[in-house]
Amino acid sequence: MANIIYNTAAIITLVSIGIAFIRMIIGPTVADRAVALDVMTINAISLIVFIAYYSNRIIYLDIAMVYALISFVGVVAIARYLERGI
Amino acid sequence: MELFGAIITLIGSLFLLLGALGIFRMPDVYNRMQAGTKATTLGTIFFLFGISIGHLECGCFGKIVVLILFVMFTNPVSSNALARAAHFTGIKLTDRTKKDDLEKDNIKNKGEEK
Amino acid sequence: MRKLKHSILLFLTLMIFWILFTSLDVQELTIGAIASIIIVLMTIGLKPVLSAIKLNPKSILFSIIYLFVFLKELIKSNIDVAFRVISPKLPINPGIVKVKTKLKSPLGRAFLANSITLTPGTLTVEMRDEYFYIHWIDVTSENIEGATKSIVSNFEKYLEVIFG
Repeated sequence: MANIIYNTAAIITLVSIGIAFIRMIIGPTVADRAVALDVMTINAISLIVFIAYYSNRIIYLDIAMVYALISFVGVVAIARYLERGI
Repeated sequence: MELFGAIITLIGSLFLLLGALGIFRMPDVYNRMQAGTKATTLGTIFFLFGISIGHLECGCFGKIVVLILFVMFTNPVSSNALARAAHFTGIKLTDRTKKDDLEKDNIKNKGEEK
Repeated sequence: MRKLKHSILLFLTLMIFWILFTSLDVQELTIGAIASIIIVLMTIGLKPVLSAIKLNPKSILFSIIYLFVFLKELIKSNIDVAFRVISPKLPINPGIVKVKTKLKSPLGRAFLANSITLTPGTLTVEMRDEYFYIHWIDVTSENIEGATKSIVSNFEKYLEVIFG
């Protein structure tokens, strides 16, 4: 029973990545795309943690952590680039 | 206990879906950020917490706590930086906007410099 | 003195995160302590930001209360945003307002800005000296005082005790 609910949650997260991806394609400005990318990465972090528990490899949690770190730095770099160039 | 964790995870994933829907439906970039930041932060907290209390036997609760703290601190910072950059590059607010104090103050500062 | 307080607090924070990452094993604790001391020595020339935290019983009590107030506001804000997103007419009334804060320390202001971003319908856009520019999804009061009262003061009374 619990497994079915966990899998449903993962599928809903996957669907929300898809919706954010549509916004990333049609988004009229760069900032829209960056926001959509931010949301996609955070959903992906949740999915990575889900996969870590699902396949019983706890080492994947470290990957989720590094991915969170890189996405934060990436979004801040995009913001800084928009503000005054590289 | 596992069922309880599963239900919390489901609630978290629903919040994540709401965040993505908000990104899709809102009219301008600032409103999108509002939905994107808040809903995804709470959604991630619920999702990770639910998964970890459903699998307490592996003893990696600490890593999940670090991950939750990290998301909670960096998510507002990155959206703040993006909002600031978006306003700086002159992305227009939607037509339904009531007022814009920042724009007014920018114009005032330029007038004083001249 | 402020440097010393900052160094001790930084060391304790690093050690807590290290223990959360690994386990309570003597070898791992030793390595973590050595790495934390190296990091503290490397960053000793930077600004002592953490020394703004006050360490008395009242501020510790207030930080625990603040955590619960913050979580309550976070859940409230999410339900609020959820209703706005789901309803077909998109009931938004946005605008950027200016508010004033009484907090002096940079760390306190950073905490305040983050808390504002995560609470109902507000998003910090810009910080200039003691003024914050906040994007508000549902503008209810147009002047500085009214906006300050309804956005900032709820958190400020706790953060003032914790950070000074």
